[in-house]
Amino acid sequence: MKTKDIVYIALFAALTAALGLFPPITLPVTGVPITAQSLGPMLAGAILGARRGALSIILFLVLVAVGLPLLSGGRGGFGVMIGVTGGFMFGWAISAFIIGLLIEKFWNHLNVFNAALSIVFGGIVVLYAIGNAWVAVVADISYWQATVGSAPFLIGGAIKVVIATAACLAVRRAYPLISKAG
Amino acid sequence: MIRLENVSVQFDQRHALADIDLTLTEKRIGVVGANGSGKSTFVRLLNGLQTASSGRVMVDDLDAAKDGRKLRRHVGFVFQNPDNQIVYPVVEEDLAFGLKSLKLPKEEVTRRIDEILARYDLTDFKAHPSHLLSGGQKQLLAISGVLVMEPRYIIFDEPTTLLDLRNRNRVKRAIDGLDQTVITVTHDLDLIADYDRVLVFENGNVVIDDTPANAVPKYREMMA
Amino acid sequence: MIAGLYIDGTSAVHRATAGIKILAMVALGTGVFLIPDWPVAAAVLATVIVLYPVSGFGLRVLWAQIKPMIWLLAVFFAVQLWLHDWQAGLLVVTRVAAIVLFAALVTLTTKTSAMLDSLERAMQPLRPIGVNPQKVSLAISMVLRFIPVIATVASEIRDAQRARGLDKSILAMVVPLIIRTLKMADDVADAIDARSFDPD
Repeated sequence: MKTKDIVYIALFAALTAALGLFPPITLPVTGVPITAQSLGPMLAGAILGARRGALSIILFLVLVAVGLPLLSGGRGGFGVMIGVTGGFMFGWAISAFIIGLLIEKFWNHLNVFNAALSIVFGGIVVLYAIGNAWVAVVADISYWQATVGSAPFLIGGAIKVVIATAACLAVRRAYPLISKAG
Repeated sequence: MIRLENVSVQFDQRHALADIDLTLTEKRIGVVGANGSGKSTFVRLLNGLQTASSGRVMVDDLDAAKDGRKLRRHVGFVFQNPDNQIVYPVVEEDLAFGLKSLKLPKEEVTRRIDEILARYDLTDFKAHPSHLLSGGQKQLLAISGVLVMEPRYIIFDEPTTLLDLRNRNRVKRAIDGLDQTVITVTHDLDLIADYDRVLVFENGNVVIDDTPANAVPKYREMMA
Repeated sequence: MIAGLYIDGTSAVHRATAGIKILAMVALGTGVFLIPDWPVAAAVLATVIVLYPVSGFGLRVLWAQIKPMIWLLAVFFAVQLWLHDWQAGLLVVTRVAAIVLFAALVTLTTKTSAMLDSLERAMQPLRPIGVNPQKVSLAISMVLRFIPVIATVASEIRDAQRARGLDKSILAMVVPLIIRTLKMADDVADAIDARSFDPD
């Protein structure tokens, strides 16, 4: 791994932490909060590719685990990592990897459809599969019940897919990093 | 002594530097030219950040193509934006960063760090977050990070562009006070007014190579 | 630099090594799932709660750990009550509370630097599979260095976009932020190479 790769990995870990500084938007009626932070894994995977993207999220999670308050709302430490929503956090690393893998595959003919598809698959389907399974175990409910419980968060997820897709395509034009990695 | 023998650098089909043949022995060398003239590519060759497409780059007995790592220790490089050069979050840690690769004993590391901090009045900032320093202090920290490595040559790539006048003067004094051979790329022509030699780049060639007294007026005329 | 969540103290829990505390945390987390019995989980929870005053923390610190999850725990209890009975509800709630409170205690009593040191030690055996502890610690330092830089760049971009009336667009924020910081990352990588970073 070149110095440049290490710096990119650190940059996207820092970017994910910085996204946690944005105050969450609370959806009307449901009261479900949307945080900007979960945009981090989508961007990391879509812009850096599978390997570097996943490593940047793992690096971010390591810093959270050792006790830095980098999660949105200034949270951090082992408590949140292995708490109820822990599955979503570990899921972030896998989701970044899968998004990166798909974007790399589509890279030479990447368009708004296959980019969005990649991000939806890695950032919603895979992420919620892992996160909901974790919630089901911790709360001792069925997988289906956990899925229903997490459904309101999909509104925020959809907004983030739109942003991540547009950002991925714009950055690809201005600063392509995946083809360079070969 | 720095020697370039028929050195060319190509980016995609385009010549960034075309067939440069030069020997530099002076202690203070200024490098000027418009943006994209090849002056940055030229200095990046001297520290191995850029490799030549053809020809040979020698600094003392080091060949840039073969002795990359040694060359980087021999030739320090200070960039325009100190924010991009400071790697570690705390002043002292950043100074220790380059020294790690030299594998020096701990006391020597501490001695070098304390000495350099005292030299630029940064001692009180030893345990300070590096991003909270002023612009001038950051540039002095960036210079310090290079000086602790004790290189023989130091390259400055537009070191004063982002500074206000007071900090620019502070950095100029710091550069003028160095014992090392200094090569400065700049648009600030007063910075190099008392240098030994000035190279003017245009379209990847050295078009003027003279003392500042002769080169600077000609360059001003060229850019008019 | 960003301050960790550590709260200074001299208790036995503070003095225990990071490695031991992490092992205890893993053991506790596994244990309460292996024995699905609410009185056992409740006893574990009681022990964890007692460890807070033992570590020199008052009710305020304890409450700060419980508060963020209290509603979720209430929902979990209600769901179990509805599906099964109150014993099942109590098991789920005491189990989660015990794990989270103990994990939080580990974070509160262990310095970030001590955690990073044990992390570096734990990485040594991973060297053969390509994990380079020096590269990892460089990356960690750079994250801490980049966060304030990103915050500064973000506020500069916000000002610029506000001047153009684009301050409501998240995309007008994110795209220039990424492109500008990627350019910065390239320069930082050059600077690291110029300072002869040599991890091998």
